Amino acid sequence: MASNASPASLPRPRVPWAVVGVTPFMAFAVLFLILPTLFLVVGAFQDNEGGFTLSNLGKLWTPTILSSYWISIKVSVASAVIGAAIGAFIAYAAVSGGLPRWIRPTIMTFSGVASQFAGVPLAFAFLATLGRQGLVTIFLSSVFGLNIYAQGFNLLSFWGLTLTYLYFQIPLMVLIVTPAIEGLKKEWREAATILGASTWQYWRHIAGPVLLPSFLGAALLLFANAFGAIATAYALTGSSLNIVTILLYAQIRGDVLHDQNLGYAIAFGMIVITGLSNLCYILLRVRSERWLK
Amino acid sequence: MKTDRLGHWLAILIGTLYFLVPLAATFEFSLRKLRGVYSFEAYRVVLADPQFQSSFTFSVGLAVVTIVFGMAIIVPMAYFVELRLRKLRPFVEFVTLLPLVVPAIVIVFGYLRLYNSSSLLPLTNSSLGTNFLLTCGYVTLALPYMYRSIETGLRSIDVRTLTEAAESLGASSGTIIWRIILPNIRSAMLSGAFLTFAIVIGEFTFASLLNRPAFGPYLQLIGANRAYEPAALAVMAFMITWACMGIIQVISRNAAAARP
Repeated sequence: MASNASPASLPRPRVPWAVVGVTPFMAFAVLFLILPTLFLVVGAFQDNEGGFTLSNLGKLWTPTILSSYWISIKVSVASAVIGAAIGAFIAYAAVSGGLPRWIRPTIMTFSGVASQFAGVPLAFAFLATLGRQGLVTIFLSSVFGLNIYAQGFNLLSFWGLTLTYLYFQIPLMVLIVTPAIEGLKKEWREAATILGASTWQYWRHIAGPVLLPSFLGAALLLFANAFGAIATAYALTGSSLNIVTILLYAQIRGDVLHDQNLGYAIAFGMIVITGLSNLCYILLRVRSERWLK
Repeated sequence: MKTDRLGHWLAILIGTLYFLVPLAATFEFSLRKLRGVYSFEAYRVVLADPQFQSSFTFSVGLAVVTIVFGMAIIVPMAYFVELRLRKLRPFVEFVTLLPLVVPAIVIVFGYLRLYNSSSLLPLTNSSLGTNFLLTCGYVTLALPYMYRSIETGLRSIDVRTLTEAAESLGASSGTIIWRIILPNIRSAMLSGAFLTFAIVIGEFTFASLLNRPAFGPYLQLIGANRAYEPAALAVMAFMITWACMGIIQVISRNAAAARP
């Protein structure tokens, strides 16, 4: 440790090791996460010559692009709301007792698997189930004489995609919301019952308000999860269902909009939507932790 | 309370049906390739397809590289942030949550614009460079899960005491991470690794837009052109996911049992 070589600004010789250990991660985060995102965000506000403009964002207000955002939002909201409701109910049924002991760990393990079972294989599974030649489709028509496709059902549609997304949304909800439901204390229920509250009153005034932030937060997370998804939809519908991720995919592949900066604007719009829902999720989580500590 | 329990059973039953019926249907469908009899013909065709073998091997290799590369940058970072650089924690939390906010397709769009052949760092010019870019993409996808599991692992041991004890015996930082910290967070790292494997193995968006011959784009291709093989592939993909998650369960249960 020659004192003339290293100035006295570093109090301990091992501080540089910490910097050395952190640097690769920081470099990675900047190069492969922050810069690519920033590049698109900045590009959304630039014209072809690099000058500042809002016209790219203005061009998002065309029927094709607006409707693709709209379908994406509808599918994400529907699969998030339905998934959150059913998931919370299953989690409550699994946690609150009255069922055999083995059910709960089984459900948790299965939720872990099913929440990761997404992408292209999930589309295959639903085609084999509810496609025109699918097992359930054929079962319904041969046993009940019910041809669901003649009734207007189509797997390659809004409801078809929502139904498919629920396959990973419900288990994800079970995983996220179980800790919150476990946080409901038995004493609250007992105290409410002793004071003469009905089951409805207990849910309306105690459990409901305590769980609401966790529930809404989890629903927002499910929303963002569905909004950014593409593989399942692409494998299921090709490009026949015009959701925004598929539009962006086509734009990247072949520049279908003939305007590169418009692509940046579409990406920017997606970041804004998922960013807002994640921000609300974080705010709600902070709120819910007040009660569930 | 009787009616209560009935409702619970009903919820579990409907949930179970919703999740088992598609699996059963997919499995049944995958056996239908030969007319009139159930057979594993679709599986045989898929497994014998050289493109299946090459794309699957490619993705397995990619998953392994992603896990090693991801751990190599995340573990030292998480260790030093926990030990000395606590100020960085909010930034790290933000960065590790970012992949949940920015959709994968947006990130890969950024890569294609930032690292294309006419840029300063033209990674997409060579297949090696593109593979590296794809690996980086997968590390970002897995980042929230890897970081979370490593951080949990680090918090469950006393990093400070272990480090000070090792330092007083003369160990260097590298030795401490390699011989003290790593063995202690092994189960947390394994959980993160298997979760990463499950995410990477069938990933479609990155691989397809970067034009790599990975398993995800292969799945999509088969889905667009064949009838029964996709169902067989879906069954296999589900079994891989199941295996990964099952292993994670076993690891964490063993780790919990080993703790005093």
